[in-house]
Amino acid sequence: MTEPIISVRDLRREFVVRSPAGRLRRTRTVVAAVDGLSFDLEAGSAVGYIGANGAGKSTTIKMLTGILVPTAGTVRTCGLEPIRRRRELARQIGVVFGQRSQLWWDLPLRESFRTLAAIHRLPTASWPARRDELVERLDLGSFMDTPVRQLSLGQRIRGEIAAALLHSPPLLILDEPTIGLDVLSKERLRVFLAEQRALHGTTLLLTTHDMDDVQRLTERIIVVDHGRCVYDGTLTGLVARVGAERVMAVDLAEPVTSLGEISGTRTVAVESDGLRHRLAFAPERTTAGAILEALGRRAQVRDLAIEEPDIEDVVRRLYLSQTRTPRSPSP
Amino acid sequence: MYCCPTVRLFAAFVAMGFRRWSTYRLATAAGAFTNTVFGLIKASITVATVGAAGGTLAGYDAVTGATYAWVVQALVAPVNVFHWSELAQRVRDGDVAVDLARPVDPQFAYLASFLGRGAYQFLPRALPPLLTGALTTGLALPLAPLPYLLGAVSVLLAVALSFACWWIVNLTAFWVVELRGLITLYVVAMSVLSGLIIPVHWFPGWLATVADLTPFPSLLQAPVDVIMGRVEGTEALGVLAVQAGWLLGMLLLGRLVFARGAAKLVVQGG
Repeated sequence: MTEPIISVRDLRREFVVRSPAGRLRRTRTVVAAVDGLSFDLEAGSAVGYIGANGAGKSTTIKMLTGILVPTAGTVRTCGLEPIRRRRELARQIGVVFGQRSQLWWDLPLRESFRTLAAIHRLPTASWPARRDELVERLDLGSFMDTPVRQLSLGQRIRGEIAAALLHSPPLLILDEPTIGLDVLSKERLRVFLAEQRALHGTTLLLTTHDMDDVQRLTERIIVVDHGRCVYDGTLTGLVARVGAERVMAVDLAEPVTSLGEISGTRTVAVESDGLRHRLAFAPERTTAGAILEALGRRAQVRDLAIEEPDIEDVVRRLYLSQTRTPRSPSP
Repeated sequence: MYCCPTVRLFAAFVAMGFRRWSTYRLATAAGAFTNTVFGLIKASITVATVGAAGGTLAGYDAVTGATYAWVVQALVAPVNVFHWSELAQRVRDGDVAVDLARPVDPQFAYLASFLGRGAYQFLPRALPPLLTGALTTGLALPLAPLPYLLGAVSVLLAVALSFACWWIVNLTAFWVVELRGLITLYVVAMSVLSGLIIPVHWFPGWLATVADLTPFPSLLQAPVDVIMGRVEGTEALGVLAVQAGWLLGMLLLGRLVFARGAAKLVVQGG
């Protein structure tokens, strides 16, 4: 088996937080932002790394890229120890830090890309082809000569992604790439990322709050809470584990104020004066077919849609189940 | 070009620095205007001082004194003596992480783009004060080409040294959040000791000694002396050597301080 592209073992990172206590004294508290994390990423995989604010996502990414020293544990990225070989590693990974820019504010993208090509020592003969591919796929053509400071957020993020991919890194790490984007821009970005994976086999590690990103782009998710891994597996597995509900929305031919009790469901909402009902059900307790059959006996169903569980809700449930049954801290 | 990627990289950063600054045409024009106005004031004061001293002062007569003031004004922007805080800002808001996550040495990259900035400033910021000087007080400049050739080297060393000094000042941001006090202190010390206000040659002995213990005279006094032909031949080469020495020393010190700062960032976080 080949070596995983990212390998993390018992990773821990502590920060010292100083807060004033009294006039001159300060209290010193040690907070563990990452606390005993272990996981492997196979080359070519796409993993969503999710968790609430302060769960330790960005701290992990900094350790993966070599800009933060772990307090304990080991990290290997692309077979290298990030802190010691940060510069070497930088040639093999593309990173988009959500809130930071690697473009030059007063220069157009064209100039930024030229400088980045020199930074990565890309062959003069071949890099323009890669740039043109990115320009075309990310639709940057119309603003390649506009200074970055004048770009819209969506345009700038697309520019950032192109900048991170210009040197065709085998590993792409995106820290909240779709934050603040509108629905259309998000969608375009997702299509692009999926395409790059298919085309170049790029490994993708994505931290995000946007659950659509996770659903659309990744095949595996790692959920962290207070610096610990609370789930590592597929989205479906996570949904099953926390017992999240699907929702069936039915449109009726005639308004009905109440459908009464349907076994295995609960009514979430009645909309449009009784024309639309939304019923939540746990997939392991009943089936969509059984519900439909029960509905058919009470009203005439004109149309229906099934909504998959909202992953944010799933994660919230996961967090809640963690607090109810706290795990013993890892040694 | 491909045979020497380091040269290509350096050139790319110089070009990038040049283009970044060339987008601010209006700021350049305003800066050139300010340099010229201050040049008029400084040239008048210098001429008056030389007159009051009886026609010559430490080797400067009215015209060479005025020329000194004008050439200093021409170099102020390219050498960039007054302000550079880009790195400090990036340290403060954490963007320095992006610099660290790149396969280039940050000091190397920032030096190159600082030189690019200087290269852009050279003509638009230097010509207006020099032309004004030529039309008002007149300029006493050498007619031989050699002083200009050595002068070009001296100016290049001065720009690089200015960067090396600012680099160290900026690095304080790794330890201190608010840098304004330090920057003010630096600018005041630089203004007096570099020869920006009056030539270092006019200093009393003790102050000249203080100045010689700092890199500041190498920023302005040295290139102006070389360009004006006040120092020639081996003496000029000696001035260049002193500049090169300061440059090397300050760059090395800057590397050490940066390594310490980055280590702190990487170890302590934030």
